[in-house]
Amino acid sequence: MDFNPSSSFMYLVAAFVIVFIIAMASFFLVRAYRRGLKIGMDKKMLKNSVLSTAIFTITPALSILIGVITLSKFLGIPLPWIRMSVIGALTYELPAATSTANALGISLSETISDPKVFTAVVWVMTLGILPSIILAPVLMKRIQSGLVKIKSKDSKWGEIFMDAMFLGMISAFLGMVFSGVNAGLKGMIPIFVLISSALIMGVIGLLIKKCHMKWLETYALAISMVGAMAFACFVTSIIV
Amino acid sequence: MNREDYEKSTYFLGKLWIWSAVVVVLLVPIVICLKYDAWPEGKAVLKGLLGVAPIYWTVGVIEVITYTPMLGTGGTFLAFVTGNLTSMKVPSALNAMQNADVKQGTEEGEIISTIAVATCSIVTTIIIALGVLLLTYIAPILDSPSLKPAFDNMLPALFGGLAVVYISKNWKVALAPLLAMIIIFILVPSLASSVGVLVPVGIIISLASARFLYKRKLL
Repeated sequence: MDFNPSSSFMYLVAAFVIVFIIAMASFFLVRAYRRGLKIGMDKKMLKNSVLSTAIFTITPALSILIGVITLSKFLGIPLPWIRMSVIGALTYELPAATSTANALGISLSETISDPKVFTAVVWVMTLGILPSIILAPVLMKRIQSGLVKIKSKDSKWGEIFMDAMFLGMISAFLGMVFSGVNAGLKGMIPIFVLISSALIMGVIGLLIKKCHMKWLETYALAISMVGAMAFACFVTSIIV
Repeated sequence: MNREDYEKSTYFLGKLWIWSAVVVVLLVPIVICLKYDAWPEGKAVLKGLLGVAPIYWTVGVIEVITYTPMLGTGGTFLAFVTGNLTSMKVPSALNAMQNADVKQGTEEGEIISTIAVATCSIVTTIIIALGVLLLTYIAPILDSPSLKPAFDNMLPALFGGLAVVYISKNWKVALAPLLAMIIIFILVPSLASSVGVLVPVGIIISLASARFLYKRKLL
């Protein structure tokens, strides 16, 4: 059978997956929103959470779209579309496709036309990410009851524990930014970007506190991220 | 419905959705194999998996343990289906909770986190779908060399802003893990490709330093 990774059948499969994702997310959104109103949470605050998140999401979503474009060069469009919509990330999908291609001794320089190679890539991508989805419901109760125990013993330590967990995670990603320092000025670009983002957030924080521009809170993370990304283009053009 | 009932039903419905998601995810390769009558060789799949599974399965376990307490029940179920936790779901949930002035582990925190993760998932899915429809027009712009540095530096651009918010509030706790991670990455730059594995190391250092400071009443 002729094989085209961008066939209408593949688009149909992609559409089915996308509809499922939208349905699941909408279900949780409506349920949480209604519950918030029911327990007396401020309607404006709930709406602001939606707005602020939606604005913040645009830029990272565009970077995911770049992932779809990158993968589409050899996998067609529908499969990367599916994979990047369900627990996918380019950092995983690209190595998964490359690893399978290497195992089969083929190149990923052009669109895959052998259906057996294509299905091998799909299976590797699927089985590689499956544990993340399965483990969440399996481990959730244990993790949460552990946290409840910590909090019930000492509520102040429980709060610090949560903050410390997040700071530990953020430290790993902040530390990673310094991995290129040995490569000279070019390797320092991520550090400059990090600092610019921090400075922009600092200025926004001052505007919120000193100039009472509380509305900026909704856009703060999006502004600092997009501003620092624009700075990355500027500083790269100077250094490289 | 009281808080306990709400939590119980969220857990039950979440499990229903996530196991359905597992079926949907598995159906994709199955229907493609059936349609094209092209089942791959088990050896090829195994070899391909060997190249990625050890690291990604490990990161998967780490992510579940790390992010579940941060995202709450509804947020976790949804985030682990839609993915991109580090660069999108976790920052958006924490940012929304920060702006709404609610804490993780409370019912309000659970609601705001779920709203943020759900909004993030819907907006991302819509943007990707629109992008796919308009790919011919958008691809040259997004793929252009002048914009490459922007997307290459998305994580530092995101974490710089987040760091200001969280480190300024807890700089004493942040100091030890931050210094340790900076030193580790400067000494072994190749670790940057497996940053997910270093997340638990950062968390252990952070928790140990927090406990030390707390016990000495320095927090």
